[in-house]
Amino acid sequence: MANPAKKTVFAPWDDTNEKPLITFEGVTKKFGSFVAIDDLNLQIYTREFFALLGPSGCGKTTLMRMLAGFETPTQGRITLAGQDIGPVPPNKRPVNMMFQSYALFPHLTVWDNIAFGLRRSDMPRDQIPARVEEMLRLTRMEKFAQRKPHQISGGQRQRVALARSLAKAPKLLLLDEPLGALDKKLRHDTQFELMDIQEKTGTTFVIVTHDQEEAMTVASRVAVMNQGKVVQVSTPDRIYETPATAYVADFIGEVNLVEGVASPNPAGGYAIAWAEGQAPIVSACDKSIAQGARVSFAIRPEKVRITPDRPEGAQNAMQGKVHDIAYLGNISTYHVLLPTGQIIKAQTANSRRVENREFTWEDDVWLSFTDTAGVVLTE
Amino acid sequence: MRRFSWFNATSLTLGFLFLYFPMVILVIYSFNASKLVTVWGGFSVKWYGELFHDQAFLDAAWVTLRVALAASTLATILGTMAAYVMVRAGRFTGRTLFSGMIYAPLVMPDVITGLSLLLLFIAVGLDRGITTVVLAHTTFAMCYVSVVVSARLVSFDRSLEEAALDLGCSPWDAFRSVTLPIIAPAVISGWLLAFTLSLDDLVIASFTTGPSSTTLPIKIWSAVRLGVNPEINALSTIMISIVTVGVITTSILSKRNAVQRMRDEQKAQQA
Repeated sequence: MANPAKKTVFAPWDDTNEKPLITFEGVTKKFGSFVAIDDLNLQIYTREFFALLGPSGCGKTTLMRMLAGFETPTQGRITLAGQDIGPVPPNKRPVNMMFQSYALFPHLTVWDNIAFGLRRSDMPRDQIPARVEEMLRLTRMEKFAQRKPHQISGGQRQRVALARSLAKAPKLLLLDEPLGALDKKLRHDTQFELMDIQEKTGTTFVIVTHDQEEAMTVASRVAVMNQGKVVQVSTPDRIYETPATAYVADFIGEVNLVEGVASPNPAGGYAIAWAEGQAPIVSACDKSIAQGARVSFAIRPEKVRITPDRPEGAQNAMQGKVHDIAYLGNISTYHVLLPTGQIIKAQTANSRRVENREFTWEDDVWLSFTDTAGVVLTE
Repeated sequence: MRRFSWFNATSLTLGFLFLYFPMVILVIYSFNASKLVTVWGGFSVKWYGELFHDQAFLDAAWVTLRVALAASTLATILGTMAAYVMVRAGRFTGRTLFSGMIYAPLVMPDVITGLSLLLLFIAVGLDRGITTVVLAHTTFAMCYVSVVVSARLVSFDRSLEEAALDLGCSPWDAFRSVTLPIIAPAVISGWLLAFTLSLDDLVIASFTTGPSSTTLPIKIWSAVRLGVNPEINALSTIMISIVTVGVITTSILSKRNAVQRMRDEQKAQQA
């Protein structure tokens, strides 16, 4: 209480005293000769909203199914609150899962669906109704308690599935593409609702998704997966701002990747020679990169300024022609063709009416960015 | 609208005549007052009355009913288990052989099935009677049940079972409280199919039955060999009516369910 004004940041992964709730230790899962999960190590902490993000077939669903107990690792150990859960069958784990298809029992009412798990727990019979009512209130489904799953809409089914999986107050809730079946608008609302419910209940959530926007919105940390491996685990902003590899940079949002050769600047940072006759890109990167190493320079389109003339004192500037314009309403993305044949994307907010914009197709423009705008990737 | 075509109308009429004319004749003659089957002697229901006083027929009906109930229930249990294994156990050695063996009785001639079962019962020294008929009927009916149930299980969303396990069910509890209620319609139709098959089976029953356990089809068959009598017509009419009422009731019920479900879903979308 020494400094009440200071807001405590939720970051148990930076705290060395904090024990993770879940650890994966060298976990490998093979289906026949196919390696779904490849020697994976991962820690997930209590009260985290953890997202597993990756393209289909990257192993994220397998990872989740191992936590639920539907798959067992071929090698390695998974612990939950310090206990090895390898030999524990799904019905004995303090883990519940919300299925992609919701898997609501069609022959039972909403009420009975939510009570299903409670009736099979050691909760005294007379406390079950109160708990079901509480879950119905949490998901605002009180009015639909006596309906069957086919008598409610998709969004309502999603909420019932959530209520049912939260009813037993699991230590860990797994969500398998929970919003995949909803339309875009409903999905956005539901994302915030999910975060709200996660905060209210204090449950640790692990969500599987292939939608990067969804992962960035809901998660406290995101693990980007590719081909059975975790490529990067970090907070959404770190993943976006400082991707570990070109794969992550490319998978999350839009990015310009420029390949080149790095050489350290005497004053710090690196100069990246990327094309004949072009000034090297200057980047204030603090990684240690060997002289002459092949690197990729990654920069987000919204960090590239586009101007009609060369801006004064720009650390990096290059000239090109407007090749294409993608008008998205609130923003526009300009595809600028450089003399080297490369295309760099630059994004600007459409603060002026579209007919008043400064440049159009085939105009000569200047692209500029600061030395801290991009990142240098060695892989 | 398709144009009316004489060809279509004729083939339809002929087809329906071929299917139903014999039955119509049978029903009409069951109300014949004359004892001669082919001569119309005025309207009467006396053969129905006599039928209900004929102890041999009543006994045979009772035997048939008991056999059908027992055999169809056993066949449903075994057939459902077989279907579950076939659909759920994934690939195991001998799966193809096993599934082939389940479906083989579908195409096996009844005479062969009957004969081989008869030889088996003699070999193991089982006295022929109701038990042997029940066993024989279970054997051939269970493959029909297994076909019906596995068709339903194939389209069954496995995540429902996983959800049940996830919520704390043991595998058996998951089957009992989730899988079984959902596949119940298929199990029930499998049971009904087995029941009907057992009711009207003549060949296999005559191979495996004993003197004390004559089933209704055997009784009718042996009675007809001595000449068709109007009692048989009456009995057949009763059986036809029962089947007709059964079929109409189930189709009305399922139609009503489907309509109700469609309305519910539409309402849910609007809500």
